Amino acid sequence: MISSRARLFLALGALALAAVPASGDRFWMQFLGKAMIGGIFAMSLDLLVGFAGLVSLAHAAFFGLGAYLLAGLSNRYQLAQMALTLPICMAGAAAGALIIGWLSLRAAGVYFIMVTLAFTQMLYYFLNDAPWFGGSDGLYVALRPLSNPIAAYYAIWIALVAVFAFLLLLLRSPFGRVLIGIRGNEQRMRSLGFPTRQYLLAAFVLAGSLAGLAGYLDANLYGFVNPALFGWRESGLVLMTVLLGGKGTLHGPALGALLLALLQQQGERLTEHWTAIIGAVVIAVVLFLPRGVAGLLEARRA
Amino acid sequence: MTLSLFALQLLNGIEVGLLLFLVASGLTLVFGVLGVLNFAHGSFYMLGAYLAWWLAERTGGLIWAVLLGVPVMLALGWAVERFAISRLYRRDHLSQVLLTYGLVLLFNELQRTLFGNDVHGVPAPRALDWTVSLGEMQTWGAYRIFTSIACLCIAIGMRQIILGTRFGMRVRAGASNGEMLEALGVDVRRLFSVLFSIGTALAALAGMLAAPLTTVFPGMGESVLVVSFVVVVIGGIGSIKGAFAGAMLVGIADTFGKVLLPSISSAIVYAVMAAVLIFRPQGLFGEAQAR
Amino acid sequence: MSASLSRRSLLALAAGSLAAPRARAAAGAKLKIGLLLPFSGTYAALGVNIADAMKLAAREHGGKLGGREIEWVQVDDESDPAKAPGNVNRLVVGEKVDILTGPVHSGVAMAMMQIVRQEKTLTIVTNAGAQAVTGTLCAPNVFRTSFSNWQVSYPCAEVMLKAGHKKAILMFWNYSFGQESMAAFKEGYSKGGGSIVKEIAVPFPNTEFQANLSEIASLKPDAVFVFFAGAGAAKFVKDYADAGLKGKIPLYGSGFLTEGVLGAAGPAAEGIKTTLHYAETLDNPANKKFREAFKKATARDADVYAVAGWDTIQALAQALDKVKGDTGAQKELIAALESVRLDSPRGAFRFSKAHNPVQDIYLRQVKGGQQVVLGVAQKGAEDPAAGCNLGK
Repeated sequence: MISSRARLFLALGALALAAVPASGDRFWMQFLGKAMIGGIFAMSLDLLVGFAGLVSLAHAAFFGLGAYLLAGLSNRYQLAQMALTLPICMAGAAAGALIIGWLSLRAAGVYFIMVTLAFTQMLYYFLNDAPWFGGSDGLYVALRPLSNPIAAYYAIWIALVAVFAFLLLLLRSPFGRVLIGIRGNEQRMRSLGFPTRQYLLAAFVLAGSLAGLAGYLDANLYGFVNPALFGWRESGLVLMTVLLGGKGTLHGPALGALLLALLQQQGERLTEHWTAIIGAVVIAVVLFLPRGVAGLLEARRA
Repeated sequence: MTLSLFALQLLNGIEVGLLLFLVASGLTLVFGVLGVLNFAHGSFYMLGAYLAWWLAERTGGLIWAVLLGVPVMLALGWAVERFAISRLYRRDHLSQVLLTYGLVLLFNELQRTLFGNDVHGVPAPRALDWTVSLGEMQTWGAYRIFTSIACLCIAIGMRQIILGTRFGMRVRAGASNGEMLEALGVDVRRLFSVLFSIGTALAALAGMLAAPLTTVFPGMGESVLVVSFVVVVIGGIGSIKGAFAGAMLVGIADTFGKVLLPSISSAIVYAVMAAVLIFRPQGLFGEAQAR
Repeated sequence: MSASLSRRSLLALAAGSLAAPRARAAAGAKLKIGLLLPFSGTYAALGVNIADAMKLAAREHGGKLGGREIEWVQVDDESDPAKAPGNVNRLVVGEKVDILTGPVHSGVAMAMMQIVRQEKTLTIVTNAGAQAVTGTLCAPNVFRTSFSNWQVSYPCAEVMLKAGHKKAILMFWNYSFGQESMAAFKEGYSKGGGSIVKEIAVPFPNTEFQANLSEIASLKPDAVFVFFAGAGAAKFVKDYADAGLKGKIPLYGSGFLTEGVLGAAGPAAEGIKTTLHYAETLDNPANKKFREAFKKATARDADVYAVAGWDTIQALAQALDKVKGDTGAQKELIAALESVRLDSPRGAFRFSKAHNPVQDIYLRQVKGGQQVVLGVAQKGAEDPAAGCNLGK
């Protein structure tokens, strides 16, 4: 799936990221930390979009759930230990994914897209309107599991590498092959005796819990959560990341996250009309670069 | 709740639903025949409203604005189909979602540069600038009633065209089996262009009619878009009849939700959608899809 | 005991090391002012007016504050709290701005507070009215030149009671701005013996009010007090008139109900009474001069948002002159800001101990498409600053 040169390139990139804290530049640590969180988030969505063939607009909801659960545990129960909060937050995101996934997977294709979008909106409004979660102002994370910026950075780095390795192994497992088979032809897989809906639901829950991990790390990095994390723009943005990087490649979406972060930072500096630039880039990628940046790199090499 | 208040709220709900139908019908038409999920549909609604304001300021009235604005939006729809959407017909849903999402960003920018960021009001036509009293306290603006009737007329007109004309027959054929159209010798490309233009114009027209009621503001398209999705999902994708039923259901549920369960009113619509999906995953009038 | 002590000293050490880069004083170097404002999206018009007024004020001072030339660093916050921490981080840690200003959206302000409290960046909030900014989260390095949500709603309660309206319905957008406005109003209203018939929360940014208006018509209160702003306000005002309630049930609101939307709302807005710390018709020389200059520079009419931007630079000019532009001397600069007295377009202006403006709140009424000042609803209104220990 990945050429040996690409592997070398990825390994070097990961090492370079690991070396950043040595520079002592806090801005780049935060910036790259955020970009790596975006990478984890995008890779988890790639499991659905690129491998299972499910275009979900609910992914921001699970990111948000992971982040809000940490805020809640920390504020209400003064819980911060990572060994305790991380599993709870990921499990909470997984539970949310189970409910939304179970309902949404009753619908197929384009219905699925719209239904996932609608459920995300529902959660967004709930958190925004209900007074007991901080409402539209959001919440602070009173006690952060990793308040030291260097520790937080390395936690993100480790999570990025671990999620990448985990997904790589998963996709090579029989489970992963069935998923890819379903993307190719769900009908056939079902007639071969695979309970395809259960497989897809399992993938949805798994991806949701990894998105929860990304949200958890985000809440830890910034110490702030807000209903906007659930917004449909966030879901759209992460889909964009997956496509920009190259869906179905795993490393592509991670690259896409970094690229998009840089593009946004530079674009905003250049012009006030940078949203138009992002829009144009998206359209151009869809039309002329359907395999994303990762596809471009592979083609160059071939 | 007294009976008269109940009747009044029902009327409120129907009025909300009728306008919603106008937006959702274009969305469902385009999806049903072209198979494209268009996130930029809300942008057309927003552009329609801004155009109505801009033209009304210059021509002296909403009626002129609609007469001039609808052709402009038809042309815009045609151009968008030609240069962007037509490249998507053989592509997956992800490409469709993202390309049209990119269009949303572009159209937002277009609105910013062309029309600015201010909130604008559009006066209702002078002939409709009076009110009807309902109950002892409340009145209804005549324009509000006019829009409801206009929406109803458009709904009936669409039904007549789709069921009773040659063009409508092609649309129905396209919605159920795209390949058959080509076999019948229909110029599919042109049919698609025309349909997308009409879908665009319907959204824009909804925006224009709504402009005096809702005022015109940046970001107005996005909230409409998501509710339209809910309507279309409830009604069944591709079904005009479904869009009508869905719009009514959403309009009425939303109205009564606000009065009876104010604390969770914004979630009510989605709960209705979830309930429909549990019992009829393909929507009220949709055809069953695989899985 | 020793464990807790060492932990505390470690914390202090960490805080010290974080604050260290701030100590970089630089007379002669450019003064970096960060603007974290929405230049796109629903609040773009507000952000643009604040920024334009700030730049206009700076030009009046020859482009210099405290003898240092200004370098603006602008970031479009899109009113998106999800992106806010990254944006603030970019201005504060990346660009190392000397002074941070903004934002419009309270959610963005909350994200900003989290970071600037840690980094000790001198910050001036130019719009967001969240109580916490100068309340539970108040900090020596954070000032506000706009208003607190309490200030623009609390005085209206007394106005309504004085007019004999004892039974009111409250209607508001259900987000923090609306919720805090209502809490402040209720505090004043029940203190004065008024009773609230019903509270109607409308999900933000929903603008479909018809169902609730039917409800109001059936309940027949003495008056209605609302919080809406921008497009929602224009729509509400029109719907209220269309529903035939205008003229039958008096409509009151915090000033944002009629701010910047009179053109959109048209004649439907006539007669509405609101409370706010500014009105375009305020008759004082500072206001006259400000409005003329703003109109000349931008071809637009100034509004309450522009006033906050204008005053931000005026306050900074006074304070920076006192410390000769040395932003590194933060303690002195803060003291200088605390003693600022402005002859603002809104009237007399100074900072409270919690660093929120102490200002007159005017009762205004829409007449002939303008906000006419009927009088002062509360003289020198000072936010109660609940939860703030500054200066105490």
